[in-house]
Amino acid sequence: MGSRASTLLREEEIEEIKKETGFSHSQITRLYSRFTSLDKGENGTLSREDFQRIPELAINPLGDRIINAFFPEGEDQVNFRGFMRTLAHFRPIEDNEKNKNAAATEPLNSRTNKLLFAFRLYDLDRDDKISRDELLQVLRMMVGVNISDEQLGSIADRTIQEADTNGDNSISFNEFIKVLEKVDVEQKMSIRFLH
Amino acid sequence: MHLSGLVQLWLLGSLMLTWPVSGLIRMHPESTGTSAETDHGHHNSSVEEVPIVTFKWPHVKTPYLITLWIFVAFLGKMVIEANHHVTSVIPESALLICFGFILGGMIWGADKKQTFTLTPEVFFLYLLPQVILDAGYTMPNKLFFTNLGAILIYAIIGTCWNAASVGLSLWGCHEGGAMGDIEIGLLQYLLFGSLIAAVDPVAVLAVFEQVHVNEVLFIMVFGESLLNDGVTVVLFNVFDAFVSLGGPKINAAEIVKGIVSFFVVAFGGSLLGMVFGLLISLLTRCTKNIKIIEPGFIFVLGYLSYLTAEMLSLSAILSIVFCGVCCQKYINANMDENSVNTVRYAMKVLANGSETIIFVFLGISAIDKEIWVWNTGFILLTLLFIIIYRIIGVFFLTWILNKFRLVPVSFIDQVIMSYGGLRGAVAYGLAVMLDESKIKEKNLMISTTLIVVYFTVIFQGITMKPLVRWLKVRRANTSELTLIEKVQNKVFDHMLVAIEDISGQIGHNYMRDKWKHFEDKWMTNVLMKPSARKVRDQVFKVFHRLNLKDAVSYVAEGERRGSLEFVRNETAIVDFKKKIGEDFTEVMPDIMADTSSDYDAMTDMRRDPVPSVSLEIHEQGMKGVRETEDVNTHHLLQQHLYKSRKQHRHRYSRSHFHVNEDEKEVQEIFQRTMRNRLESFKSAKMGVAPPKTISKHQKKDQQQQQKMANGKQLDKSKTYNSDFEFSEGDSATGFEASGTSSPWRVTYRAGAGIENPAFMPDMDLTDPLQVPPWLADTELDSSSSMVAPSQRAQVRLPWTPSNLRRLAPLRISTRSTDSFMMADREATQPRNEDDERFPPPPPPPPAPHRDEGHM
Repeated sequence: MGSRASTLLREEEIEEIKKETGFSHSQITRLYSRFTSLDKGENGTLSREDFQRIPELAINPLGDRIINAFFPEGEDQVNFRGFMRTLAHFRPIEDNEKNKNAAATEPLNSRTNKLLFAFRLYDLDRDDKISRDELLQVLRMMVGVNISDEQLGSIADRTIQEADTNGDNSISFNEFIKVLEKVDVEQKMSIRFLH
Repeated sequence: MHLSGLVQLWLLGSLMLTWPVSGLIRMHPESTGTSAETDHGHHNSSVEEVPIVTFKWPHVKTPYLITLWIFVAFLGKMVIEANHHVTSVIPESALLICFGFILGGMIWGADKKQTFTLTPEVFFLYLLPQVILDAGYTMPNKLFFTNLGAILIYAIIGTCWNAASVGLSLWGCHEGGAMGDIEIGLLQYLLFGSLIAAVDPVAVLAVFEQVHVNEVLFIMVFGESLLNDGVTVVLFNVFDAFVSLGGPKINAAEIVKGIVSFFVVAFGGSLLGMVFGLLISLLTRCTKNIKIIEPGFIFVLGYLSYLTAEMLSLSAILSIVFCGVCCQKYINANMDENSVNTVRYAMKVLANGSETIIFVFLGISAIDKEIWVWNTGFILLTLLFIIIYRIIGVFFLTWILNKFRLVPVSFIDQVIMSYGGLRGAVAYGLAVMLDESKIKEKNLMISTTLIVVYFTVIFQGITMKPLVRWLKVRRANTSELTLIEKVQNKVFDHMLVAIEDISGQIGHNYMRDKWKHFEDKWMTNVLMKPSARKVRDQVFKVFHRLNLKDAVSYVAEGERRGSLEFVRNETAIVDFKKKIGEDFTEVMPDIMADTSSDYDAMTDMRRDPVPSVSLEIHEQGMKGVRETEDVNTHHLLQQHLYKSRKQHRHRYSRSHFHVNEDEKEVQEIFQRTMRNRLESFKSAKMGVAPPKTISKHQKKDQQQQQKMANGKQLDKSKTYNSDFEFSEGDSATGFEASGTSSPWRVTYRAGAGIENPAFMPDMDLTDPLQVPPWLADTELDSSSSMVAPSQRAQVRLPWTPSNLRRLAPLRISTRSTDSFMMADREATQPRNEDDERFPPPPPPPPAPHRDEGHM
């Protein structure tokens, strides 16, 4: 299993991914094996359908949004590099990474990048603003049918009101960061990846 | 303590709180120096005549004194609490000890000798249990069990380390001549080390409750202090036995026995507690008819678990902790709401009361010339060592733990953890229990223990708050204040689950899931009332309570404005009936009934409970009531946000026949997802008919299925039991096992799967019996309402995954109107053009009840 996967993945590729994402060697080979098992077309990339086949995602209210997040704008295939880059957002932040933050480019799992990832889940038209409609869509995905549209609307209004400081009736990324200041994003957006 | 037997008789009828002090009283009524003395002013009337009034002091003396002591202690607490500016600087526990000093001084002044001290029997049998039971009962279970690993490490290894290092270092210093001339051997030092090692839950709770550090830090310190009490008592007993045996007789076999007994005592105690906890849960299933004494069971059985463990010489503290931890969930669900409140309050009264008494008597005990033996070296070195070794222990263990923790314990938290090592009454109680015939320097040990206690509780207690502030320790989040946080937290949850599924691994919640599965399947069925199971969703209770609050503030607001007109507003009533009545009466008749009766009782003039009050207020232009509205939107969200799947994915067990919110939810999400996917698919490839796509995938899938080992299928069917027969029989159900077909089978969690419906043959529609009635509804209706073709197709394709099919009848009741309304709504609210560009937004699901109310 593991060995089969690693033979398909070249060493230098692993090195590059390691550098870019911070995953360890064994994590990369493990995830690569997962990647190939998802890749039913066996062409080295994943399509939306490949993701949609994961049974659990069908009952995740945000499943499709998260699938979308794996695909760069306008594309409908994602290769292993891209796959790993997205997953890298969910690596826990380690102590030694905090320090070198200032020097090199920001790692994918920094607080800001984690938040940006979350922000993009809402911001479908990529105008760096969460409009009321966009928020409403996400809310609608996440609440049951028992809640009426007008109730949801007022919730959305209030939510925007909480975050919106410049009065444009939408949430910009900066406002988003600000309003989630107290939330422990580092913890809430981290997964312990297996080795 | 020969008194206790006699005292017990008295206690039967008296307050539970009068138990504690029964042993405290030594017989010196005349010289007590408390207000008891004032009663002596009366004198006995003559015996020759028929007495009108007789004075029978000896008759009531013991309970009288006990009660008086409690009264005095409570008064002291009241006075202390009245001065907020003082308690905000000095923690209450420290003040109570000082209050004890004063009382003790008064007694000593009157008596020239200390007549009231805290005896171990009283402390361990009457004062401690309720404090610990309360701690267990109010334990935040999720937090506790998530961090259980770390807590156990600190509690077991940390305590052993503290005991051993303090004992050995003191012995080393003794050998080095630092203590002068005292008769303490190595074993005695270890014994002393073990009694001084443990952090005390009473002291920790008293201090940390006021500092509000973040919850993980709190649970670490508190959990450790609770569990290490058990450990410390065990260690103490083992070393005590060693000391009795005497040095030469201890061989390897005895040491092994000691270690074995350590585990037997600790785990036996915990197990016993769990058994009692389950017993309580079972009992509360059948106490429907005796609601009045229902709460009593908790206390009596909890106390019994403590006493039984004590009797079997298991760890009584661990026993009662786990008793409380185990039963809390079930009894809260099983018992009447009033009983739950009673238990909660009574528990607090008892725990707080005995905490007060403990601290006061810790203070009183100090004013006694007899126990004070000063040995500078011994005392100061002990103080030094317990602080240093605590710090070393915490940092070392955390360093190891951090290698395995998702979120490492930060440096500052570690500082607070080391500094939070407060010693308390348990150590003192153990010290007093030392046998003077075997340990010559017992009094030195007692006075050292007292000094350590005073130092940690008073000095560290006082400095804790400034330290926390100065180090900027992360404080407890004061709940979720903003809606966006609440929403975002849910988004995070869903996101993590999805990413875990995609990356195909067992999440760190895996064990919890497994446990939940087990619990849902077995424990809940046995331990919970059927009615309680149905409304187990605690959200309803929150909802209920918030509604009460809303209504009250609604009325208050109205009255403030000088008009009661709004109360009789007809639309509000109609709205209520539609919105809440219909939605929830079927699910939870109990609470509904409850609600209305509560409201009736509250005020006559209100004619209905108007739960969504604030929204109504909003609609009526009373925009000023912003807080109410906040509360309202919060609980609306609270109630309706989908739970993340981790929390409910295992409910597909045969044993659940009830309407299950979660199944409904899963279906709902599932259908939406499918609808969206189909729509996006259609918009991507114009004109491709859905059936074709589906069959294509189906073929592809079939092949994959065949490639797959059959074993996987068997696995699956086992998990699903008979529910899954369908898919077993029909290999073309298109079970897509991306998780299972890979080597990483771990990804598949039992019961989690919903088969991927996108690849299901569309057989629902072929079999007339299986056409869900709500579909039929839509078809009938579709001619009259102009549904756009794509949307019609979308409505047409509610694939039912095979393992959900058995739920179809359920859907008749819960969903039919929804779909019906959906078709309707789509027609009346044409969609944005914009939407086409996005991955499809979910079609706004309707809320039929609301709408009827408004239109």
